[in-house]
Amino acid sequence: MQAPTNVIERATLWHGPRAFFRRLRTGDEVAHIITLIFAAVVVGITALLVYQLWIQSVLSRQKFGWAFFFTHVWDPLAGQFGALPFLYGTLVTAAIGLCLAVPLGLGTAIFLSEFSPPRVSDSLAFLVDLLAAVPSVIYGLLGIFIMVPWLRTTVEPALKSTLGFLPLFQGPTYGVGFLAAGLILAVMVVPFIVSVSREVLIAVPREQREAALALGATRWETIWKAVVPFAKSGIIGSVFLALARALGETMAVTMVIGNDPKVSASLFAPGYSIAAVIANEFTEATGNLYLSALIELGLVLFVLTFVLNGLARLLVLATTTRGAAHE
Amino acid sequence: MASLSPVRTVSTESNRNNVSVKSNPSVGTPQRFSLPPKSSVAADSGQRFKISALKVFYGPKEVLHGININISSNVVTAIIGPSGCGKSTLLRSLNRMTETVRRARMEGEVLLDGENIMNMDVVRLRRRVGMVFQRPNPFPKSIFDNVAYGLRINGHKGSLAAAVEHSLRRAALWDEVKDQLHKSAYALSGGQQQRLCIARALAVDPEVLLLDEPCSALDPVTTAKIEELLFQLKPSCTIVIVTHNMQQAARASDSTAFLLEGRLIEYQPTPKLFTTPSDPRTEAYITGRFG
Amino acid sequence: MSLRTYWRKFFNAFMFGLTALFAAATVSVLFVILGYLVYHGGQNINWNFFTKLPTPVGERGGGMANAVVGSAKLLLIALLLGVPIGVLTGVYLAEFGGKTTSFFIRYTTDLLNGVPSIVIGIFAYTIVVLPMRHFSTLAGGFALGVMMIPITVRSTEQFLKAVPNPLREGAMALGASKWKTTLTVVVPAAGSGIITGIMLALARVAGETAPLLFTAFSNRYWSAGWNEPIASLPVMIYTYAIGPYADWHEQAWSAGLVLLALVLMVNVGTRLVLARKVSVSR
Repeated sequence: MQAPTNVIERATLWHGPRAFFRRLRTGDEVAHIITLIFAAVVVGITALLVYQLWIQSVLSRQKFGWAFFFTHVWDPLAGQFGALPFLYGTLVTAAIGLCLAVPLGLGTAIFLSEFSPPRVSDSLAFLVDLLAAVPSVIYGLLGIFIMVPWLRTTVEPALKSTLGFLPLFQGPTYGVGFLAAGLILAVMVVPFIVSVSREVLIAVPREQREAALALGATRWETIWKAVVPFAKSGIIGSVFLALARALGETMAVTMVIGNDPKVSASLFAPGYSIAAVIANEFTEATGNLYLSALIELGLVLFVLTFVLNGLARLLVLATTTRGAAHE
Repeated sequence: MASLSPVRTVSTESNRNNVSVKSNPSVGTPQRFSLPPKSSVAADSGQRFKISALKVFYGPKEVLHGININISSNVVTAIIGPSGCGKSTLLRSLNRMTETVRRARMEGEVLLDGENIMNMDVVRLRRRVGMVFQRPNPFPKSIFDNVAYGLRINGHKGSLAAAVEHSLRRAALWDEVKDQLHKSAYALSGGQQQRLCIARALAVDPEVLLLDEPCSALDPVTTAKIEELLFQLKPSCTIVIVTHNMQQAARASDSTAFLLEGRLIEYQPTPKLFTTPSDPRTEAYITGRFG
Repeated sequence: MSLRTYWRKFFNAFMFGLTALFAAATVSVLFVILGYLVYHGGQNINWNFFTKLPTPVGERGGGMANAVVGSAKLLLIALLLGVPIGVLTGVYLAEFGGKTTSFFIRYTTDLLNGVPSIVIGIFAYTIVVLPMRHFSTLAGGFALGVMMIPITVRSTEQFLKAVPNPLREGAMALGASKWKTTLTVVVPAAGSGIITGIMLALARVAGETAPLLFTAFSNRYWSAGWNEPIASLPVMIYTYAIGPYADWHEQAWSAGLVLLALVLMVNVGTRLVLARKVSVSR
């Protein structure tokens, strides 16, 4: 007979080294350890990735320091590597992409969550999800053969003749260039904005809508003045997510951006992006410094997307865990 | 069809336990099964469970405050009480299912045939003490595989098919499913699924069967079948049943324990508890003044 | 009604129309893509495409047999790397993990998920190509496998958590230990969901080009074993599309059609399977 006070916790009811082996025999500890090891492998791989990016870019980091980001010369033969053209290209194309994708995506999301009947909304949302699954290289294929000629023959000349007084729309119209890359990015990130925004909009409690409608607001006024502001942080989160995707997009961009490491004011001019230059020049990089510079660009891209993704997730979390209490 | 005798309603005077619940419009008339009268309640063929000073904590909250109770062998013991009184917790502590809750803690002593269950191998304990839950929870496998599950994981020697048939017969389900053993368990009705869960629990031949409100999701006809089942299992199995249905306790059990707010208020042979309860709170509960 | 009210009602209708237009435009992109691919690529899909090797430039009649097989080999390695790690980590998160450890692992998985595919390619290059001193199928498969891991972890965890708790309790009450319960009841119950998660991950990495550019590289011939550079559908599409020959362009269209058809079939198929599963189960 035992003393009457036995205390046990959870499924692990014994303590001490002898007990460890007893637990081991039941197999639960073993399973716990094995799955934990595999989970640790994931962490290990990620850590190794960051480590490699850091270590392999050391040559370039030490040689150029912070000036790397402000030098616009990219001359492999002379051993001069500056990241400015690629940063510029990445940011400009992403900006164009977002300027077009956010209204389009938000509008679509609003239609799907507020205006359309549920079944239509679900089927269309499914089709938009399929769009998100289309590989980048296929977008690039259509970009090269369909979009670029269209830009070159129709759109860019039209823009030039109407808005040509702006430096944005001057210069020869090749078709390839910042505008083309920005357009294709817009098409590629719209599905992400739509699917996340639609979810956060649907999650807005119906009391918000009902309060506005009861005050005599039209459907649109309800949406724009009550629902969308409530879901604001989630929508902004979706934009950050889209931005992170746009920054990392490689294939479609490199197929239509023109691959010219120059900073230009005109949207018609060919340019370059971080991901595109890595894709094009990695296999031809002669010399450790060249490779190191490219890997440093990869590190920059990693940090940018890491920060953006982190912010995005926080914002989306903030909206979906928000209760009825608002502001 | 099921191999049970048909249920007959009889007058209030004669019923199995000779219990007439104190007259109150909400309580109603218990039913009787046409079976030979059972032996006296105080069948002291032994104390299956001896529980002393049992306390259960969920995190910081004390849910059971020092329960002392002895459960007799080969009888049906019912645990009744209002919602939240701790009856399910008491039941689940008997096979240490409280451990599946992350921050649960047990104190005190629970002896199964003299052996402290805390020191027992939990797998062995749960073979000896089986459990049936409130909602039927068959696995997404075939009927055969459901019943055979316990046998397989505990390393059954001998014919699985024979053991499965035996269990299904004990659960009064064999005739209904013998031609569709390989169909999914989800194809059965709710009552059949619950009897399947009973068969699954019986397959490993437990000495004790714990049932946590097993009929709360079922219709009266199925409920009657299951109560009949428990009566037939009694000689070979100690049964502890939690129920919020007092008539069920009155009809189907030999002893009844009344719990209130984590404390054992009264524990008597069923006829006595329902006719002349000692504690005023028990009387208040069974006459429907609260709960 | 006042003028203001008229305007408000008009604007409401206008915005309804505008958002509907946006939605139609977004969805129509999918059909535009499919349309062009079928139009330009459909004519060249024939037996040659799947059985012949690329011919020297200028000669017609070549195919992409090596790229099709190459993609399959790469996906096989990706599977072998991504599935065990992904599924077991998912099991850990859903069944065994403590609060802080799980949070940390989930966070890391999300981090890995957000890494651009070209950066994963750099990683695979430094880990596999540099030590081996040459491009290989292994390197490409490694890159794709790393990409598969976070997707598989997420979907496995999601489907395991969706298995109702009463099933676990039923098994434990019969004397099954936690790992036995997980192995014999929980994982089979979540089985079809986990498999669809894996298929979706495969479809996603099958279309990736960037991580292969300097790991698996490319190959105009058959690639023997696992140590040689290997052709793959996405890389071939890219190479042919930016090349100067019309013949190459046609083949790029056809390959694009094949790739997209496969990806879409997996996505639509898994969606149907999941929908049916939800309506059949209790």
